[in-house]
Amino acid sequence: MRYNERELLFLARQPAEKAAEILMRLPKKGSVLKKRLVKLVVNFLFYFRTDEAEPIGALLLEHCRIIKEEENVFSISFVEEPERKYCFECDSEEQCQEWIEALKRASYEFMRRCLIFYRNEIQKMTGKDPLEQYGISEEARFQLGTHKQ
Amino acid sequence: MKLNERSVAHYATCDSPADHAGFLRKRVERHHHHAHHHHATSYQRHWFVLKGNLLFYFEERESREPVGLVVLEGCTVELCEAAEEFAFAIRFDDAGARAYVLVADGQAAMEAWVKALSRASFDYMRLVVRELEKQLEEASKTLAACHKSPRRSSSSGRKRHLSNPALLPLQEKPTVLENGYSTWGSGGGVPGGAAGLDRDGGHTKPPPLPPRRRSAASSAVGSPVPSLSPAMPESPVSPETACFSKLHSWYGQEIAVLRREWQERQKRGHP
Repeated sequence: MRYNERELLFLARQPAEKAAEILMRLPKKGSVLKKRLVKLVVNFLFYFRTDEAEPIGALLLEHCRIIKEEENVFSISFVEEPERKYCFECDSEEQCQEWIEALKRASYEFMRRCLIFYRNEIQKMTGKDPLEQYGISEEARFQLGTHKQ
Repeated sequence: MKLNERSVAHYATCDSPADHAGFLRKRVERHHHHAHHHHATSYQRHWFVLKGNLLFYFEERESREPVGLVVLEGCTVELCEAAEEFAFAIRFDDAGARAYVLVADGQAAMEAWVKALSRASFDYMRLVVRELEKQLEEASKTLAACHKSPRRSSSSGRKRHLSNPALLPLQEKPTVLENGYSTWGSGGGVPGGAAGLDRDGGHTKPPPLPPRRRSAASSAVGSPVPSLSPAMPESPVSPETACFSKLHSWYGQEIAVLRREWQERQKRGHP
């Protein structure tokens, strides 16, 4: 599958929602934990060798599961392959929880669900569709009921 | 750079609904080798699917795997002065990045695509969510005020919920859970306002409503509270990113000023 790698690399240089040096292990067999600079930008998680400017990899964070594993450790896996886990070992339990929270909220689909929820609640409370004044109430991406996940 | 392509492809083809889909012709970008100056532009027709901030394209509508992906961050979408009618381009902030030139089947299709693509970025979605989050807080506060002090409901003024100093700002933001449903801190059904009043202790009389001489009050305080009516820099109708945050800090400033006024009055009023 072709993709605009150059733009993805550009994205990796943008201000991050969250970044830290964390031990990371790929789902490949025989993989070991390696220290990586891990950077969350929009719905992508980039990971770099700690002294390099260009990421070695990127994970699109849609339809993924963020799971707390053992102490200080969380994993990212994807719904179609739940056993293939990217593992991250943090410095502390606190850091681990922070990353879990941040990653759970990092998907576009998550934001969409929030938006639909807020829109619905506001409409119930005020009787008005809050998106109407912005002229975007008909946009497919904001519709109730069409995006059930 | 590696990408979790299998998962990305799965996301493209799974049954979660697309934000937009249709046939488009994509301009083929050729490298010009040597001294060839053939500018024969050719286009390839693909089935395009927009999901979130990702634009996928397939060989055929029924194809099981995307041929390609365009990540729609840091880009703008604009109409194109190409030789083709109904052409538009996705251009990136990254200088030197090549643009994607796409051609729709007709005027309506082109307009629909341009609209859908220009609102596809993660940042845009995030802004809208934050805006609604704020509006939900405001709506809740208004409801709380109405329930708590029915005798005030007769005092009119569209800014009443902002000028009522009994309303403390929410101490906690709602916790947004993974499934998108939020809980309202410790407030139970009625957030913010009610809890705040109780915390002040029942003995404090609710302060009087500030007089409705808004302009006089603001000039007395001397702070640059922007007036709400004219001279709005941008229309809130346009989905510009600058607009939402301006709106946000705008209202925030006004609330801050009114709270300060109330707090000063409260200090003076204490025996």
